Amino acid sequence: MTGAAAPRLQARLMLGLMLAPPLLWLFALIVLPHVDLAVLSFRERLGPGEYGRSLEQYRTFFGEPLYWHVFVRTAVMSAIATLLTLLMAFPVAWTIAKLARGRLGALLLVVCLLPFWVSETVRTLGWMILLRESGVLPQLLYHLGLTAAPVELLYHDATILVGLVYTSLLFMVVPLVNSFESLDNSLIEAAYDLGASGFAILREIVIPHAKPGITAGCIVVFMLTLGNYLTPNLLGGKNSQWFTEQIYTQFITRFNWEQGAAFGFLLLALSTAMVWLGLKLSGQRFGDVMRRA
Amino acid sequence: MIPSLPSPRWLKATTLLYLGGFLLFLFLPLVTVGVFAFNDAEYPAPPWHGFTLDWFLGNEASGRVGLFRDEELLGSLWTSFVVACWVTVLSVAIGTLNAFLMERGRFRGREALSLLMLVPLVVPGVILGISILAFASRIAELVNDLAGLELEFLRPGLPLVVLGQFSYIAAIATVTISARLKRFDRTLEEAALNLGASRAAVLRTITLPYLRPAMIGSAAIAFLMSFENFNTTLMLVGSDAPLTIMMYGRMREGATPVLNAVSLFLMVASALLALTLMRRGERRDA
Repeated sequence: MTGAAAPRLQARLMLGLMLAPPLLWLFALIVLPHVDLAVLSFRERLGPGEYGRSLEQYRTFFGEPLYWHVFVRTAVMSAIATLLTLLMAFPVAWTIAKLARGRLGALLLVVCLLPFWVSETVRTLGWMILLRESGVLPQLLYHLGLTAAPVELLYHDATILVGLVYTSLLFMVVPLVNSFESLDNSLIEAAYDLGASGFAILREIVIPHAKPGITAGCIVVFMLTLGNYLTPNLLGGKNSQWFTEQIYTQFITRFNWEQGAAFGFLLLALSTAMVWLGLKLSGQRFGDVMRRA
Repeated sequence: MIPSLPSPRWLKATTLLYLGGFLLFLFLPLVTVGVFAFNDAEYPAPPWHGFTLDWFLGNEASGRVGLFRDEELLGSLWTSFVVACWVTVLSVAIGTLNAFLMERGRFRGREALSLLMLVPLVVPGVILGISILAFASRIAELVNDLAGLELEFLRPGLPLVVLGQFSYIAAIATVTISARLKRFDRTLEEAALNLGASRAAVLRTITLPYLRPAMIGSAAIAFLMSFENFNTTLMLVGSDAPLTIMMYGRMREGATPVLNAVSLFLMVASALLALTLMRRGERRDA
C-alpha cells in the first residue's frame, strides 16, 4: 500500500461505516418490506403451505363491489376533507401572516398549533363526548327547544369530515403561513393602487405566490386523511367504511395477508398518484415540497 | 387585505368573528374532555352532577377506579413512554448521521439517497405497519425453518412497534437536522482546524453545539409523534398495548371518565413540554 492510498482507503471505510445505518434503515424497514408486500399481493394460497402466483387478490378487489366502493368513497371523502381544510385554514393563515402584527401573530400561531400537541385519540374523545346522542351538543339543542328529542350527531359522513378536517388543520395552516409571509406586501399595494379588486388580487397575486404552500399542505393533508384509521372508525362507527379498516380486517381479523397486501398496495398507489398529480399540477419537485412541509 | 390598505368595517368584523369561531372549534373538544374528567357521574356526558376527583384518585372501595389506581392504564402509559424513548434516541442519532452524510458527504448516489430518505413521509402509516409486520414475520418463519430458532422480537410486540414508528420518525428527524446543518457557516470549522484543533474536537466543540437546538427540537417532535402514533402501532402491537391503543379499545366499549382524566394528564404534560421548549427558544434568540 502506498502512502497516498492509505488515507483514501481510510476515508472510504469511514464513509462506508457512516452509510451503513441509513442504508439499513431504508432497506430493512422501507424498501424490502414494500417489495415483500408486493410479492405477497401477487400470491394465491392453493393449499396448506402451497402458493402460486396470480392476480386473484386484485381480481377480488374489482369483482367485489363492496371493496372498490369503499375505496372510491375513501378517496372522495379525503378529497372533500382536503378542500374543506384548505378553505378553513386559508383565512386563519392570512390573518396570522399578514394582519396580526409582530408578537400577536406569533402568539396566534402558537395558539392554533396547541391542540395538535395532544394525541388524535384525545381529540376524538372530545368530539365523541360533544356529539353523541347523550352528549353535550344534542342535549344543548334539545334543552334550547331546537330539536324535539336529542339527535345522534355521531356516525354521519359529516361527522367524519369534521373530525378529519380538525385533525388536518395544522398541516395546512403551517405551510400556508410560511408562504404568505414571504409575499411582499408592496405587490398587493401596487395591485390595489392600479385598481384591482380584492378577488383579483387573490387570484392574480396571492394564490400564484402561495401555490407551493398550498400544494404542500394539500398533499400532506390528503395523504394523512386517506391513511387515517382512528377518526373515521370512532366518529363514523359502522357507517365509516374507510379503506384502512378493510386492510385491518384482512390483515389482523381474517389473517388473509395476501388480500390485505393487495389492498395496501392499492391504497399506496392512490396516495402516490395523488402526490405525483399534485406535484405535476403545480410544477414542483418532490424534494422541495417535502422539505417545506 | 393587509393593514396598509383601507378595508371596509364589515370585513374586519367578519375576520374577527371567523377567528373567534375557529378558535372555539379548535378548543371546544379539548375543553370538553378536560371538564368531564371532574364530573361526578359514571359516563362522560351531561348533565353536570358535581365536582369529584374520583376519576383521578378513586380506588376499588369507592367503586370507581381512578387514573392513579388503574394499573392497566398506568401500565400502558409506561409502555408508551418506553417506546417513545427508544424511538427518540434512535431517530435523533440516525437523523444527525444522515444530516452529515447528506450535507457533507461526497459519494455517488447521494441525491437519490436523500430523496429516498423522504419517501417514508409519503407512505400511509397503516401501510408502513403491515409491510413491516409481513416482512418481519416472513423472516422469522424463514429463520425458524432453516435454523430452528424462534426470533421473538420479529413477532408483533413492542420491538416491532419501535421499529415501525422509527421507520418514518427518522425521516422527520433527518429533515429537521439537515435543514440546520445546511445553514452552518463552515468557516468556523476551518478556523478551528487552522488553529490546530483535531477533527474530533471541532465536531465536539463547534458543530454539535451548533446543531443542538435542532437535535433537541427533533427529539421533542420524535417523542411526541411516537407517543401519539396510532396507525402504525395498531398493526404491530402485541399483548402490551401502548396508551393510544388502550384508549382506543376502551373508547369503543364506552369508557368511564377515567379516560378524560388520562387525557387531561396528557394535555398538561404536552403543554409543559411545549412551554419549556418555547422558553429555551426565546432565551436563545435573546
